[in-house]
Amino acid sequence: MTESVLSIRNLTVDIPTRRGLFKPVEDVSYDIRPGEIRGVVGESGAGKSMTGNAIIGLLDPPARISEGEVWLNGRRIDQLDADEKRRIRGREIGMIFQDPLTSLNPLFTVGEQLVETIQLHLGLNQSDAKKRAIALLDRVRIPNPEDRFYQYPHQFSGGMRQRVVIALALCSEPSVIVADEPTTALDVSIQAQVLDLIKELAQERQVGVILVTHDMGVIADTTDQVTVMYAGRVVEQGPTDQILGAPTHEYTKSLIAAVPRPQVKLHRFPQVSYGGRETSFKIEDLARNWDRSVASQSGTLLQVDGLTKRFLSKGALLPSRREYFTAVDRVSFDLKDGEVFGLVGESGSGKSTVARMIATLYPVDEGTITFDGEEMTAMDAAGLARYRRQIQMIFQDPFSSLNPRMSVGDIVAEPLIHHKILPRPEIAARVRELLDRVGLASDAHSKYPHEFSGGQRQRISIARALATQPRFLICDEPTSALDVSIQAQILNILKDLQEYLGLTMLFISHDLPVVRQMCDRVGVMREGKLVEVQETSALFDQPKSAYTKELLDLMPRLDQLSEAEIAGLRAKG
Amino acid sequence: MKRFLDSDVFYAFKTSPVAVVSALVTVLMVLSAVLAPLIAPTNPFDPASLNLMNGFTPPMEPNAFTGDSFFLGTDDQGRDVFSTILYGLRISLFVGVAAVLLAMTLGIFLGLLSGYVGGWTETIIMRAADVQLTFPSILVAMLIFGIAKGVTPVEYRDQMAIWVLILAIGLSDWVQFARVVRGATLVEKSKDYVAAARLIGRSPLTIMIRHILPNVLSPVLVIATISLALAIIAEATLSFLGVGAPPTQPSLGTLIRIGQGFLFSGEWWILFFPACTLLALALAVNLLGDWLRDALNPRLR
Repeated sequence: MTESVLSIRNLTVDIPTRRGLFKPVEDVSYDIRPGEIRGVVGESGAGKSMTGNAIIGLLDPPARISEGEVWLNGRRIDQLDADEKRRIRGREIGMIFQDPLTSLNPLFTVGEQLVETIQLHLGLNQSDAKKRAIALLDRVRIPNPEDRFYQYPHQFSGGMRQRVVIALALCSEPSVIVADEPTTALDVSIQAQVLDLIKELAQERQVGVILVTHDMGVIADTTDQVTVMYAGRVVEQGPTDQILGAPTHEYTKSLIAAVPRPQVKLHRFPQVSYGGRETSFKIEDLARNWDRSVASQSGTLLQVDGLTKRFLSKGALLPSRREYFTAVDRVSFDLKDGEVFGLVGESGSGKSTVARMIATLYPVDEGTITFDGEEMTAMDAAGLARYRRQIQMIFQDPFSSLNPRMSVGDIVAEPLIHHKILPRPEIAARVRELLDRVGLASDAHSKYPHEFSGGQRQRISIARALATQPRFLICDEPTSALDVSIQAQILNILKDLQEYLGLTMLFISHDLPVVRQMCDRVGVMREGKLVEVQETSALFDQPKSAYTKELLDLMPRLDQLSEAEIAGLRAKG
Repeated sequence: MKRFLDSDVFYAFKTSPVAVVSALVTVLMVLSAVLAPLIAPTNPFDPASLNLMNGFTPPMEPNAFTGDSFFLGTDDQGRDVFSTILYGLRISLFVGVAAVLLAMTLGIFLGLLSGYVGGWTETIIMRAADVQLTFPSILVAMLIFGIAKGVTPVEYRDQMAIWVLILAIGLSDWVQFARVVRGATLVEKSKDYVAAARLIGRSPLTIMIRHILPNVLSPVLVIATISLALAIIAEATLSFLGVGAPPTQPSLGTLIRIGQGFLFSGEWWILFFPACTLLALALAVNLLGDWLRDALNPRLR
């Protein structure tokens, strides 16, 4: 067993607030050996990033380390003054942050930034530093490093930028790298490449890596050791295989169970039951008052035909000089009554644009959208008002989709008021009923959105969407901003809606395992085109197009999950 | 109210001595301006209460002829300076607040419109704003003042002067409101709650007023406070130049103009006290605005 490069002993972080001492990190201890990758996993607010920041000495005041020790290569570093900490940071501890856009300076070329860092830490002269920088770019597999050296960050794609950040972190040959959600902002395919690179470099340079993530798939694929954190404390840690294969703590168990599997389709998502935060969703009560008399005439609720959207990429006074970027290119599909149709693809593939066109948020450039036999694209104002009553949307970011200056009651009441569904005096009662049905406390209507957590906000969104009793629901990445535990709750609610209320859904996601669980049929989009449409199980088992195959291969899997467990889950589901 | 007293902004206020002091000064000034008729020892505009013999009485000293004593002295016509300051403060504050309200309303409306609608509407409004910014605002105010004065009949001029002043300062100051509101609107417009409201079918006007406006108000509040200080100074400048409040309704600026005539003949108090009042008022409001900007900006906290 080799000596550990970094060891943390009983680390506790304090934040003094007006309402007493708050401890985001409490009594955390772990070691990292050279070449080892330690995953730190937990939901948001579990203190995983705060631990990383405490190690590199980047705690924002008034947060401070109140107890515990941090040892780096046999030297205690938590008590050093700011100046010495700064010297260690970057030189002995490298950092990789979530957003590659903000961790590079847009005003300097990639080469300048690398050379500056190398000179600062290693004291090489200009030409040696440049040679080293190019070698590093080559090492992180940037093609044509000699040319790329002179380019600016905006000329790199997201994944390449993150690789440049890795190169920057490696400049000074640090002994430890703290990577805080390094792939969360990236697409699946690029995420896999970046994680492979981190893995390889850790081995090759014998660097210890702390990988902070909320994604169990990343943990399973990449790490050697794993620390599971909950509410600032370590609940369980040990070798990854052991923790994932045979978790002993209840929280770890439920966390692993909550990860959607691509292998099997379950009836319901297993929920994280730890911490007792599960709130009930009263679907039966909701279904009782639901008006389901209308069914579409033909059995097909929504038909999209040759849908095209172009955005102006270069404006000009003369129409003939303008240049356009085609975001959605002749997309056609149709949704049967009561079906959940999935639309998957990487960012920029145009899936959200399709949703927004159906939701009348973007004008349609070409093609038609037909809803229940009526062409939406040719509707007059009255027709559109009728159409809007029947479709609703749930947005990705629960923090921006609710107006922060409106009370929750007003937010949910807005569609009722606008469509004049109920006489005014009855609205308040209906709003309370809706909020109660989605599992919110009885005083929720008078509170403001910021008083709720992400999962609760998404429930408010659902209540708003259900207010008009729509027939068609568009879900645009409804859970990608949420933790796994809450994701399961929200997805189960959506499943219930489809099952009990017979809602037809367009479900947009980049997360293939989730799509497998949610959808009846799936369409795969790439660069604005619909590549293939298949029944879900067929798509996962026999993808027709090469692109779908590629996406499926890159999907992180929890292979540690044994066959027996899958069978068990299947039986439970 | 309970929520306000418990909020972070109020907590930051309680713990900032500068904010508390400048708020106290501002409140004191506003109160004394509003209650001027009750506080002021004399009514400086009632000729019956004036005694020319009391002219040029230094502060806190009995007059040589009548033996009357005045807290801050008297001017050439025997008017009590303290009373004129209180009445002047009234005019100054009224003009300042009204002008800022005008500028704010106009700026918010145009900013929301250009930010939300975009296209040609935005281009025209924002270019007009740019053009106006190329002139010093005091020049714009003088121009508007001149035109307005030219079109009002002579007999109404003195009566209308205050309103013309408000119009002039208000119109010269809408640009920064419009710019800030437009920027904030662009940010808010792209958020999903606006998309949700559009999906419900809300009209653009409803979305602008009910959804976006409440979310862009906090920067507006900050500018309004700082603008208030600037508007008070602008009014004083105009009045000092003789194109503002008429001598029958003197504002602080008018008082300073009258006072500066006596500065070199030794009657310093006629200038000094109105000037100090203006300084204290503008400083307090300005500091309050500065503090508000920091307190409402989470990134600076």
